[in-house]
Amino acid sequence: MSPPRTLFDKVWARHEISRDAGGTSLLWVDRHLVHEGSHHAFAKLAERGLKVAAPELTFAVVDHYAPTRERAHIKDPAIRRMVQTLEANAEKHGITCFGLRDPRQGIVHVIGPEQGLTLPGLLVNCGDSHTSTHGALGAIGFGIGATEVAHVLATQTLRQKKPKTMCITVDGALGPGVGAKDIALGWIARLGADGARGHAIEYAGNTIRGLSVEARLTLCNLSIEGGARCGMVAPDDVTLDYLVARPFAPRGALWDRAEQDWLSLASHPDAEFDREVSIDAADIAPTVTWGTSPDEAAPITDHVPDPATAPPEKAARIGAALDYMGLRPGQPLTSIAVDQVFIGSCTNARIEDLRAAAAVLAGRRAKVPGLVSAGSALVKQQAEAEGLDRIFTEAGLEWVAAGCSMCVGMNGDLVEPGKRCASTTNRNFRGRQGRGARTHLMSPAMAAAAAVTGYLTDVRPMLAERSVA
Amino acid sequence: MSGWSTHTGTAVVLPLENVDTDQIIPARFMSTPRSEGYGRFLLHDLAHDAEGAKLPGFALNRHPDASVLVTRRNFGGGSSREAAVYALVDSGIRAVIAPSFGDIFAANAVNNGLLPARVSAEAAEEMITSLGDATAPVRISLTELTITLGDRTLAFDLADTWREKLINGWDDIDLTLQERDANAAFRDAYRAATPWAWPAT
Ligand code: SF4
Repeated sequence: MSPPRTLFDKVWARHEISRDAGGTSLLWVDRHLVHEGSHHAFAKLAERGLKVAAPELTFAVVDHYAPTRERAHIKDPAIRRMVQTLEANAEKHGITCFGLRDPRQGIVHVIGPEQGLTLPGLLVNCGDSHTSTHGALGAIGFGIGATEVAHVLATQTLRQKKPKTMCITVDGALGPGVGAKDIALGWIARLGADGARGHAIEYAGNTIRGLSVEARLTLCNLSIEGGARCGMVAPDDVTLDYLVARPFAPRGALWDRAEQDWLSLASHPDAEFDREVSIDAADIAPTVTWGTSPDEAAPITDHVPDPATAPPEKAARIGAALDYMGLRPGQPLTSIAVDQVFIGSCTNARIEDLRAAAAVLAGRRAKVPGLVSAGSALVKQQAEAEGLDRIFTEAGLEWVAAGCSMCVGMNGDLVEPGKRCASTTNRNFRGRQGRGARTHLMSPAMAAAAAVTGYLTDVRPMLAERSVA
Repeated sequence: MSGWSTHTGTAVVLPLENVDTDQIIPARFMSTPRSEGYGRFLLHDLAHDAEGAKLPGFALNRHPDASVLVTRRNFGGGSSREAAVYALVDSGIRAVIAPSFGDIFAANAVNNGLLPARVSAEAAEEMITSLGDATAPVRISLTELTITLGDRTLAFDLADTWREKLINGWDDIDLTLQERDANAAFRDAYRAATPWAWPAT
C-alpha cells in the first residue's frame, strides 16, 4: 500500500506525465496566466515559429504596466508598447485577454480566483513569483521564468523537480486587528526569507480553517517571501462557498462531481511532511517590516534592532538595512514617520482588505497622502457599491484604477527617492517601489492607521475606540 | 544555447546576502527587448549613483571582465524575472557561487547556460575573504563539479539534471515536443477523469 499522502503529493501526482532518471517530472499545466512581462516568452515562440499549444487554458491580463489613471491614452510610450504587445500576442494566438477596457481586468492573482479560473486540484503557472497565491484554493500554483513560460506556451507542460513538503500549523484564536498578513510576516521573520526554500507549504490548523478564502489568498501570496515554491490550503466548505457560480467554475452535475473530488484532496491525517512548524495564533501581533527584506519584521510594539547588540553575523546586514531605511538603532517602531501610504497589490487589495482599511479610515482624516488601488475592476465596482471609495477619498486618499500600481516601479506609480511608504504589498526590497524608496510592509488596517497618524501605528486601540463608540 | 563543461575566467566578490532579483535588475528596465542587451542593467542601482554615473567602488565596475560572481546566501530570491539572468549573462557572467539561491532564479539560470553553484556557507566565506576587493583566476569544471580558485579546489552542488542541461546546452522545448503524442494521450485520459479541470465556457 502506498503511504498516506499530503494534499501537495495528491495534486502533484495527478499532473505528472512522466519522470526522468534525474527525478525531474514533466507536468500537465491546467491554467497558464500571462501578463505583459511574457513578451520575452512570446518572442521565443515567434523565433521558432511555434503556436500556443492550448489557448483555451491560457489567459492573459494587463496588470504590471497598467496605468491606474488616464487610461484612455497611455502617455508613456514604453508602457503603451508593453500593453499593446500583450494584447497583440493574445489576439494572434487566440487567448482570452482581460485588457485595460475589460470589466474583468485586474491583478493576475486577484482575477484568477475571482473568475473561478483557479480551482482546487489544478496546477496553475504564471511568469510571476506570487503565483503561490492560487494555492489558497487547494491548487498548486508557482511562478516560473520566461524560458519556462515559453515551454508552457508551446507544450502546455512544464519540467520541474518536485519540491519537499512543509506544514505550517497555526492553532488558536487571532487577536483583534491581527490577520493573514501578520501570520505570514510572523513566520517569515522567524524562519527567514529563505526559510522555506525548496519546499511546498501547506497551511493547516484551526486558525487557517477559520480564515476566509481572501485571507488564505493573502497568506499563500506571501509564501514566496519565505522562499517557498508554493503555499496551499486544503479545500473545504469555505473554498466551495467561495467558488460556486464563479464564471469559469464548473456548473450543474459537473460541479457536484468536482466538489466530491476536491474535498478528497486534503492531506491524510497520517501523511508525513519533510518539515513541520507550529505557531500559536495568540503569539501573533500586528507586524510591520523595518528593513529591506520581508523577514526583517517585528510586532508593532517592538523596536528597530540595534546592530551593536545583534549577533555578529547579523550586524552588518542590519546596519546596511537601517542605513538604507534611514532609521536609528533601537528606535520604537511607532516613532517612524511615514510620507505616504499605499493600499493595493495582489497581497491585500481584495474586497475584505479594502473593508478593513475603510473601517479604520471612516470618519477620520489621513495626515499623509496615499493611493488606494483595488485588486481588480470588479473589486473596485463592489467597493464603490459599498461606499468605500468615498471613505477613502473623504479621508484624503486617492482612489485609482486596478493594477499592480505602486507595488512595483514599472507603471508610473512610484515612491520618490528617500520617501517612506506604509504599504500593503509583499516586498520591501531596496528600490522595489521606486529607486531609493523606503517600504514598510503591513496589513491594510495597519496601513490605514499609519495614514491617520502619519506614523507606524498599532491599529488595535483605534479599533477598540470604534467598538466602544 | 550552446553547452559548456569547463570555464576558465576571473572571480569577483559581491559580499551581500539576499540579493533579490529586483536589485539584480530594477523593474523599470524590463520592457527593453532582449536584443538590445541587458548587461548595462546588472545591479544597476548598486553600481550607479542617482545621476546614473558608475560608482568606482563597486566591484563589477572595477572588474568589468569578471565572469564568476562569489556571493552570500539567498542570491536571486524574490521576483521570477528571467531578466535578472539576462543581465548577468549579457555582462559575461558564467557562474554565480553562493550558499543558496532563489528556486526560480536557479532554474532560470540553468535555462540560460548560467551556473548556480552551491557551496557551503563556510566555503563561500573563505572565498570572500581570500578574494577581498581583488580578483583571481578561477576554473570551474561541470564534469568534476569543482571550483579551483588560486591553489584551492573545492566541490560544489548541482542537480544532475541541471548539470546535463548545462553541459549539453539542451533545450526543454525540443525535448518535450518530441513527446507530443504521449503528452496528448495523458491530456485525454486526464480530461476524461477530471473534466471539471477545464474552464467552463
Ligand atoms: S501586485 Fe505586485 S507582487 Fe502582485 S503581481 Fe503585481 S507586481 Fe507582482
